[in-house]
Amino acid sequence: MKMSGAQMVCEAIIAEGVKTVFGYPGGAIMNVYDEIYKQNGFEHILTRHEQAAVHSADGYARATGEVGVAMVTSGPGFTNAITGLATAYTDSIPLVVISGQVPLSLIGTDGFQEVDAVGISRPCTKHNYLVRSIKDLPKILKEAFYIARSGRPGPVLVDIPKDITGELGDFDYPKNVDLPTYKPRYGGNDRQIKKASEAILKAKKPLLYIGGGAVLSNAYEEIREFVSLTQIPAVETLMARGVMGADNPLLIGMLGMHGNYASNMAMSETDLIISLGARFDDRVTGKLSEFARYADIIHIDIDPANIGKIVDVDYPIVGDVKIVVQKIQALIKDKVNPDRYQVWRDILARYDELHPLSYKDSDEVLKPQWVIQRIGQLVGKDAIITSDVGQHQMWGAQFYPFDRPRQWINSGGLGTMGFGFPAAIGAKVGCPDKVVINITGDGSILMNVQELVTASEHNIPVINVILNNHFLGMVRQWQTFFYDKRYSETDLSYQPNWKMLAQACGGEGYDVTTKDEFDKALASAIEGKKVTFINVAVDRFENVLPMVPAGGALYNMLLEHKEQ
Amino acid sequence: MDKVRRVISVIVANEAQVLARVSGLFAGRGYNIDSLTVAPIPDSDLSHMTIVTKGNKRVIEQIVKQLHKLIPTFKVIEHDEMVEKEMVLIKFPIEKPISDIQALCQAYNGAIVNVGTDMFIAMVADESVRVEHFIEATKRYQPIEVVRSGVVAMER
Repeated sequence: MKMSGAQMVCEAIIAEGVKTVFGYPGGAIMNVYDEIYKQNGFEHILTRHEQAAVHSADGYARATGEVGVAMVTSGPGFTNAITGLATAYTDSIPLVVISGQVPLSLIGTDGFQEVDAVGISRPCTKHNYLVRSIKDLPKILKEAFYIARSGRPGPVLVDIPKDITGELGDFDYPKNVDLPTYKPRYGGNDRQIKKASEAILKAKKPLLYIGGGAVLSNAYEEIREFVSLTQIPAVETLMARGVMGADNPLLIGMLGMHGNYASNMAMSETDLIISLGARFDDRVTGKLSEFARYADIIHIDIDPANIGKIVDVDYPIVGDVKIVVQKIQALIKDKVNPDRYQVWRDILARYDELHPLSYKDSDEVLKPQWVIQRIGQLVGKDAIITSDVGQHQMWGAQFYPFDRPRQWINSGGLGTMGFGFPAAIGAKVGCPDKVVINITGDGSILMNVQELVTASEHNIPVINVILNNHFLGMVRQWQTFFYDKRYSETDLSYQPNWKMLAQACGGEGYDVTTKDEFDKALASAIEGKKVTFINVAVDRFENVLPMVPAGGALYNMLLEHKEQ
Repeated sequence: MDKVRRVISVIVANEAQVLARVSGLFAGRGYNIDSLTVAPIPDSDLSHMTIVTKGNKRVIEQIVKQLHKLIPTFKVIEHDEMVEKEMVLIKFPIEKPISDIQALCQAYNGAIVNVGTDMFIAMVADESVRVEHFIEATKRYQPIEVVRSGVVAMER
């Protein structure tokens, strides 16, 4: 069938089952927007910034597990999208981003709104394409979706010159993709799986180390079953919150820089790490030479490059977490003796009693941790929680009772401030039945605050809980601890009127200073079905604890901060 | 860990951007490139790249894995037993003793490949170490220009 390149883009999006596209038009992508106007196969949501378009597509992908799609124009439209691409790349989120490009004949001439999109995005996309002929377009679009969602997922950019979206060509959308150079491996090596299974049976202090890959592979049921069969305790990374479920007695907690005491001690004392889709990030390991000194390591990851990158691995298994866990379980099912690990579980329980995750509540000022716990009590399982980056993000990860994967959406790898609000919009579009709450700070929220307008226009009732300490809190905390309280450029005392700001853009706002006010504001925000700011005045100098200082050993945690 | 010199062959799809993807990978992750050559493989839509790099064991392993992770990469060969050759062209002023230099070339399996009115060019193709020795030996004839090709290699 003959159609224009622009039509092909729309047809491919429809054929891939995408229901919503986030984007922002401009000169070089206008042909495609003209076709979007004419079709009704998918909805388009006009964000108010290209960065937000990509974050929204990202939030949609994280909440639903489907590929998110964003669309931007050339030049500045594309460069604005880069932070979104890099955010998705670092956390392995499947996205297809379509960008307009100047016509083929203008490429390389420094044309108006021309920028080398494939050049700039190469290090922060899984793969990218500059389309050079209409003949290649259907195949490239198909490959883009396939590459984005297969193997270790990631964002794929398709950069399309304007003359190609305007040109007519044959559209025969491929059903399958066969790339001889790209063959992800899912099953794992059976010999290694057998050796790893034997190691588990022999270990005395095994520990599941669950990472974001477990979420991406939709492996949580298998992991919970494995844990319940073996009674092996588990720690989660920031990206894996919800995989085990907060109520699971075998969940020790989150490990790493702001992990709880028992989790970090578990990692320091285990004799066998069973790593499920985690990548030994520096925020998890602390000082490498002191990391898990007594442990052999089983590393299960779909990306071979993650294995052996940071630590030496004894049992490397390249494969999908879900499939490999099933295979290991089948091998040890009849042999495993859960009592074998009882002493180990007791040790960890004692560590947790010794230094449980805690904070000192106050009657005078709201504590940010209380706010998080309260949200958990009030909406709990019904909510999807997104976050920005900083103290609020860590408190969210520590204190919210996550009960399933994809319930906690945050920029873990890149640490992108301004991610939470647009991601919440995407998550709400993908899961309209859930209450979606962005836990944010007075610093982060301003980095994509223009999305108030997007949310209002499209009636996307996302609730932003601003834990407002009038500081760039995490940087302030480091300044307190490590820079003799020289608060260089972190004091955010000059603030907008949050309530009026939300209202000015068609949303609703609440200023909260007491527990009672918070309960009322949250109830009213959920009831109100409008995009909302809940501005919560919290203790200005609250710190995120425990803390492993950067570069320190995981077992050397600051458990409390003593004022000199 | 000690740094070792490694010769890595990469078979890639012969398509736009592929050289940039490979060189960008080395630049972005801070790996060394001592030399890089690339040419199409006859009767195929693939190209053969030969990269000479230095790094410790972990770095070399990461380079191989990261190269393999690139979508257009078909195969990465990192091997102890590689036959490697490199070519060098050296230009001399016509006044220099051409027969002496020719004798030197013969010792390195090379030849005089071009003679003009005011210069002549010698060529040697051999292992990198031998090429270096040849360049060293010709220094006394004050060459005008030296061009090395970079290494090509094949698994034994």
